[in-house]
Amino acid sequence: MTRTAVAPTSDPAVRKAAPGGAPAPRRSGRRRIALPYLLLLPALLLELLVHLIPMLMGIGMSFKELTQFYIRDWSSAPWAGLDNFAVSIDFDAPVGQALLKSFLTTCLFTVLSVALCWFLGTAAAIFLQEEFRGRGILRTLFLVPYALPVYTAVITWAFMFQRDNGLINHVLHDQLGIGDSPAFWLIGDNSFWALLVVSVWKGWPFAFLTVMAGLQNIPRDMYEAAALDGAGVLKQIRHITLPSLRPVNQILVLVLFLWTFNDFNTPFVLFGEAAPEAADLISLHIYQSSFQTWNFGTGSAMSVLLLLFLLVVTGVYLLLTTRGRKTSDV
Amino acid sequence: MAAPRSFLWTRRIFLTLLTAFVVLPVFVMVSSSLKPLEDVSGKFQWIPSGLTIRPYIDIWETVPLADYFVNSIVVAGAATVFSVVVAIFAAYGVSRYDFRGKRVFTVTVLSTQMFPGILFLLPLFLIYVNIGNATGIALFGSREGLVLTYLTFSLPFSIWMLTGYFDSIPRELDEAAKVDGCGPIKALFRVIVPAASPGIIAVAVYAFMTAWGEVLFASVMTNDTTRTLAVGLQGYATQNDVYWNQVMAASLVVSVPVVVGFLLLQRYLVAGLTAGAVK
Repeated sequence: MTRTAVAPTSDPAVRKAAPGGAPAPRRSGRRRIALPYLLLLPALLLELLVHLIPMLMGIGMSFKELTQFYIRDWSSAPWAGLDNFAVSIDFDAPVGQALLKSFLTTCLFTVLSVALCWFLGTAAAIFLQEEFRGRGILRTLFLVPYALPVYTAVITWAFMFQRDNGLINHVLHDQLGIGDSPAFWLIGDNSFWALLVVSVWKGWPFAFLTVMAGLQNIPRDMYEAAALDGAGVLKQIRHITLPSLRPVNQILVLVLFLWTFNDFNTPFVLFGEAAPEAADLISLHIYQSSFQTWNFGTGSAMSVLLLLFLLVVTGVYLLLTTRGRKTSDV
Repeated sequence: MAAPRSFLWTRRIFLTLLTAFVVLPVFVMVSSSLKPLEDVSGKFQWIPSGLTIRPYIDIWETVPLADYFVNSIVVAGAATVFSVVVAIFAAYGVSRYDFRGKRVFTVTVLSTQMFPGILFLLPLFLIYVNIGNATGIALFGSREGLVLTYLTFSLPFSIWMLTGYFDSIPRELDEAAKVDGCGPIKALFRVIVPAASPGIIAVAVYAFMTAWGEVLFASVMTNDTTRTLAVGLQGYATQNDVYWNQVMAASLVVSVPVVVGFLLLQRYLVAGLTAGAVK
């Protein structure tokens, strides 16, 4: 985006009036300072109430022995120190073992899902970059999975994955003759792949939408110049399209990663409260194990560990990607 | 760009397969919603043996779908309106003013996006119960509580996107409005909001979809009278049987309003993403 074209603050007259285009000088100084804070206040209060304070409470709870007896007044629950954390990461005991397994499953699942979403979205956006017959229809059609409410889409997939009356087994077993008997998809090891298919189906249009927006910022004459130099389609994609998409991709991959890693809705609607072991993603695992044992202290400790992990990954990621960026552009 | 044949064929094959992948569930949804129960309980059939609109009549009887519908519309609608208004104010502040704590604010608000929902589900539940006990304002189990929760879900992204959108509106416009005697708030509504209307529509679409599709908090924080569609649709599965034809019919009825709305407004969303998110 050409941001410079619309930032007229280099004009000394404007800048003198107020930095950042603040109101005319006849307003009192205090008013001018207070106004931005007042504008932000509603958003800040809401975020405090619904996100930040609950999060701090969640951290507080992770240090408490918070069982169902203390749910009404959580602050009176006995102090547990780091016990909840110790239980969560004791990988020799069942609780820690299950958490570790769920964490590793989620890691593998997220890497596969993000990679596939990115690939499908980018490929589709590049293929739809040029005008051709039916382009508009496809562009609209590809956004349908994104527009559908999660639960209706996932319920439909759950129906398709039914063992006896689903479409998947009808095609794979009855029509293509794969396997001796129809496979189970929503229990057992196959559930991982069922979940992955649904997650990619639901997630790739967001990549498509974002990359499509990013492609609009690549000047056409860059392609024309490259074509004159004899660069073929593949070379143009490699040397113009993909490098230009870098800043878009950096954000896109991060957002997809966080969404997929934290996804609760998809496994919850597909499998119900308890997912099969092979598809036991971490959010649902924490939810299920908290409400099963009613030990919310341990559940909170697990959530805090999850948050720490996400913070570290995001921090490292941003550090790595923005460092390369500062030297090349901006 | 004169594309070679190989490119055209790759494109054709890729797009065909992808279209099939995208359309398949939609086809299942539509065709199964028109089948009698015996058909959806037996082997899947590509071509239905008998068509019936019965499921579309029965869905309203099997579960109180109309009530869930009203709940979803009220909750998602209110969350959208409030979220957009709050986001407009915040984005205006971030875009047009320099002040201490601006960076902290943006980073804090944006980072709430990455919190796992599960971390604050239980604390939020406790806060709502305690507020209810202390003040008599029922947040837990009520529509209001859900509205309050949902409106913060779309807020970070909305603020971020609108800030980018507002940044792209020339400041001369604000200045001109101020010369005409508008205060900052009047200038916001007279000048910035109309100029940014595509971005605002995009943000509203996003907020509505977020609220309409949320499952986790809807499952925990609603009761019999405030249940939304996200939870209500599970009612078609009984102990012994799942009325798959009704599930599909109800899914379709629930999806059509959002999908149509989204597809009508999608170019605003693309435009909004271009201006706001992609820099």
